[in-house]
Amino acid sequence: MSVDIYKINPEFRDIMPQEIIDLEDNATWAGESVEKRGINDLTDKKEILEEHSLCAGCPEAAALRYILAALPLPEETIIVNSTGCTSLMFPHIALHTVHSMFGNQNAVASGIKRTLDWRFPDKTKDVVVLAGDGATIDIGLDYTLQSFFRQEKITTICFDNEVYANTGGQESGSTPKGQVFKMAPKGKVFDKVPMWELAVTSGCQYSVKLTASAPKKVAKVLREAVLIARELGPTYIHLYTPCILEIGLAANEGLWEMKEQDKDRFADFKYVSPEAEAYLKECKKEGLL
Amino acid sequence: MANLGPAHYSPYPVAFYDDLLTPPEGKALLLTEIVDEEVAMREIARVMLTSENATIFPGPQVLYAWNDEAKKKATLIKEMAEVLNAKMIPMYDYRPKYPKIDAEVEINPNHPNLTIWHNNIKACIFVGVHCHYANVALKMIRSETDCYTAAICGLSGHEDAMATIRDQHASEMARFIEIAKEVKKELGK
Repeated sequence: MSVDIYKINPEFRDIMPQEIIDLEDNATWAGESVEKRGINDLTDKKEILEEHSLCAGCPEAAALRYILAALPLPEETIIVNSTGCTSLMFPHIALHTVHSMFGNQNAVASGIKRTLDWRFPDKTKDVVVLAGDGATIDIGLDYTLQSFFRQEKITTICFDNEVYANTGGQESGSTPKGQVFKMAPKGKVFDKVPMWELAVTSGCQYSVKLTASAPKKVAKVLREAVLIARELGPTYIHLYTPCILEIGLAANEGLWEMKEQDKDRFADFKYVSPEAEAYLKECKKEGLL
Repeated sequence: MANLGPAHYSPYPVAFYDDLLTPPEGKALLLTEIVDEEVAMREIARVMLTSENATIFPGPQVLYAWNDEAKKKATLIKEMAEVLNAKMIPMYDYRPKYPKIDAEVEINPNHPNLTIWHNNIKACIFVGVHCHYANVALKMIRSETDCYTAAICGLSGHEDAMATIRDQHASEMARFIEIAKEVKKELGK
């Protein structure tokens, strides 16, 4: 895949809808220059995700926009996702995405990455996994950790909303202790699974826990994670995107909730392996960061 | 079993219903018969020239200039539309459209019947649509509408179209255009 796939044949420009012409003319493709893309583009460039079918005010939608705006090479990126709220957005993204069975996402991504490396040895191809906490930490934990053990060169992002949201509100491994949900009336009896720490002990070169409250921070972390995954091995981002419906907040209160959690359960956690640290310094010198 | 569509075309893939498969190399499938490619080309041209609101649905493989073949095919499809007096409505991507499609200017494989109904299309050609999406869309059109569907396919054809020709690349498309010109002349259109 290359950005040519979005260039409309001149014979058909007159029948193509304006939104697709805009995508070709104004989308934030990286093209030749990696430095051109970023969060600031979201204000005046054609977005890769314009419309979505999530609830009004859902922080996941904002977080996904930050991620898409920050991908170093969107036209050479394949996103693998899993069943959950996030999978409702993927059909609307103007990138190649693969929907895997629930929990399988890291296994599927491993295969895709290996095949791409074999098929296009001279090209940079990024594979990014994006799934919810149920798929990453509960049902897919085996696949997630195994991909870390195998040092697969993929980036894994967990959109942690701390609940199985679109099935009515069941507790997940990522739900904090004591939390009550509609379908978990007694409250959770054990602690939140520290996935960001498991990622480190399982061999990730880079593991970060944060909320989506600060767009530029999310973008920076994503960029670092993708660049490290290209060269060194697996990277992991644990991103808090609360389900405002399940925790009883209004559409405009998601940001407030994330800012609160910046100081609590999602206080900064960042692990960078010594090799990754050295590599990031090189990337900075080359202007990739 | 589901009911037949308004034109009594089977809602099931013909492979299932009539025990038919895609045509062998060098041949074409016309309704339930395997015929010579030229016979099918003539019939497609005739139906397109004599049906109300005949439309070509170009898919992503020809809409975007992603290789030289796609660029050549784009020029030929434009010419094909002029010869067949056909409209063109693009199937520019396969993503389900949110909240709904504009049936006047686009067709989507997830609900192609909306575009056919809205524009009262009685004959259409699918070209440059990836196989699996063409199969889904053709099946729905067959089941839900009375539109005559033709598939000009670069690979092995589509049994769910009423007429399908296979292995169609730039040179074969040029040949189809020449045949369509002859048919047009014969019909005095």
